[in-house]
Amino acid sequence: MEPFVTLEALAVSLDRANVDTDAIIPKQFLKTIKRTGLGVSLFYDWRYASDGKTPNPEFILNQDRYKGARILVARQNFGSGSSREHAPWALLDYGFRAILAPSFADIFYNNCFKNGILPVVLGDAQIDRLFTEIPKTPGYRLNIDLPEQSIRLPDNTRWSFDIDPFRKKCLVEGLDDIGLTLAYSSDIASYENRLRREAPWLFSTNA
Amino acid sequence: MGRTLFEKIWADHVVSETDGATLLYIDRHLVHEVTSPQAFEGLKLAGRPVRRPGATLAVPDHNVPTTDRSRGIEDPVSALQVATLEENAREFSVPYFSMNDIRQGIVHVIAPEQGFTLPGTTIVCGDSHTSTHGAFGALAFGIGTSEVEHVLATQTLLQRKPKTFLIRIDGALPDKTTSKDLILALIGIIGTAGGTGYVLEFAGSTVESLSMESRMTLCNMAIEAGARAGMIAPDEMTFAYIKGRPMAPKGADWEKAVLYWKSLRSDRDAKYDRILDFRAETLLPQITWGTNPGMVLDVTGRVPDPESTPDPIARDNIKNALAYMGLEPGTPITSIPVDRIFIGSCTNGRIEDLRLAASVVRGKKVAPGVKAMVVPGSGLVRMKAEEEGLDDIFRDAGFEWREPGCSMCLGMNPDQLAPGERCASTSNRNFEGRQGKNGRTHLVSPSMAAAAAIAGRFVDIRTWS
Ligand code: SF4
Repeated sequence: MEPFVTLEALAVSLDRANVDTDAIIPKQFLKTIKRTGLGVSLFYDWRYASDGKTPNPEFILNQDRYKGARILVARQNFGSGSSREHAPWALLDYGFRAILAPSFADIFYNNCFKNGILPVVLGDAQIDRLFTEIPKTPGYRLNIDLPEQSIRLPDNTRWSFDIDPFRKKCLVEGLDDIGLTLAYSSDIASYENRLRREAPWLFSTNA
Repeated sequence: MGRTLFEKIWADHVVSETDGATLLYIDRHLVHEVTSPQAFEGLKLAGRPVRRPGATLAVPDHNVPTTDRSRGIEDPVSALQVATLEENAREFSVPYFSMNDIRQGIVHVIAPEQGFTLPGTTIVCGDSHTSTHGAFGALAFGIGTSEVEHVLATQTLLQRKPKTFLIRIDGALPDKTTSKDLILALIGIIGTAGGTGYVLEFAGSTVESLSMESRMTLCNMAIEAGARAGMIAPDEMTFAYIKGRPMAPKGADWEKAVLYWKSLRSDRDAKYDRILDFRAETLLPQITWGTNPGMVLDVTGRVPDPESTPDPIARDNIKNALAYMGLEPGTPITSIPVDRIFIGSCTNGRIEDLRLAASVVRGKKVAPGVKAMVVPGSGLVRMKAEEEGLDDIFRDAGFEWREPGCSMCLGMNPDQLAPGERCASTSNRNFEGRQGKNGRTHLVSPSMAAAAAIAGRFVDIRTWS
């Protein structure tokens, strides 16, 4: 996983609440057996006309001034719905490394961290300010510093944000969870040994 | 101090506290073709085995055709995904039910059916509706593909402890209402993000009187309230359901297991982070009108008017949903005509659901112009229904009787809505494009869907004869 330390990038605001994973990446793209290549299909039904190819000029990501945006500003409950990790894969493949919203759906939020995307929960007033300023200000860039847990706005306003220290550490260092867990192999083995004695029925599925 | 059902199961699964997260042991892992290929690929690249193949069960369900399977899967991309699962299962010695196995079906239908789902266990799957298994008093939740790989490799997950939310439901369910109506009404109250960060526990006299299948419907949609999991304390009904199933404990193991399972109830003095009380007597049949499951109405209701909402974000939400659904504010929900009927999914594709729908359509005909289909949740559900003659009842009424799978719940296979088509569906999500690009989904109970098929529009099932 690519570590996330700091990010200075163009921001784009997607003004819809409850953006669900079916909207982020529709089901026809879940048939892949790879993690990559999903970026062109991100927000597919909104982004393209009914031929599936012609960009829909109304959709915000298709506006020239937002080309190259790496920070997505969203409304509440972003990422609701399915557990499909294809959603963060598509966002990442498109180029997004950070998502700012007043709230996220639980599984999506978790999946972001596994893929080097930083989801930041901000207050309603902060998000509202971004939704006002971004459309008015071409080239609106934000500066995110994860070790410092801060976001700097173009006028040098600094906001700090909360993040779970363990998740922060994994993201900053680009740590692989499985590697971390395997360091606890002997704990897992002794747990399993006890389980075999105390709950033998869990080991007899006849499968 | 007393503990909740959730807290008991959580405590029994802590392997170790790492710096900042709990390493939680996972007893049962369900795997399907869509969210697992990249996980198995990761294992191969790192040269890691599956730690406990016997605690894992794999089945293809999302991509499988529901029509004649003898010619395999037509779409080459779907076919490759299913073939990849089969190869991975073989290579890593994971038990696998192939598409042509009678035991194949939707992962959340087959695991309880096989006795793979047990009380007091932790159960995960790369699928958000894993919450279904909470009906057995298990802690069951959906995970992403990275976590699927993590569980395959280590049989554990790094987790943060969620908060607890008790939903106490008392009183008798009114005639013709089901647990589907109950969960839709609750999501309408809590909202689609109201359960975020919580594990829901459903309790109270109403819940205790529900069958296992109805309990599964209730827990299935906990995720639609934003919750990670939903759970119900196991009781005699739970034990009776599990006993004798192929993968369930036998003999002395069974006795020992039941003894432990009986301890899995929330203590009287247990504390919850949040509590909601609901009286079941007031429940009416529910229909969603919009593009998330929280946009739901009583059957007597009218489609909302965005102008009556002061909050600008909520107003935009309603406007967008009305535009997508092709609805006018103020329309009585029962006056809305339907084009398609889908009876199936992990929410309502079990035998009880099919019996209920069949009882509504028996001797009647699907309205002209309406296309209706029944997709059993598993091969065994299909077989049972055929033994009971339900397939004939559906066919005689003009329904299509299909092979088991996820089907039009999400339309990864050819079962999809055409643009603009309106569907009464017993599934769990009415998101934009969920059942097909520009398709319009209304979530209802099996009896409401069946009645809509006959009438050609929504009807109040309470007045149906
Ligand atoms: S039936 Fe629908 S909700 Fe259930 S597992 Fe299949 S696609 Fe997911």
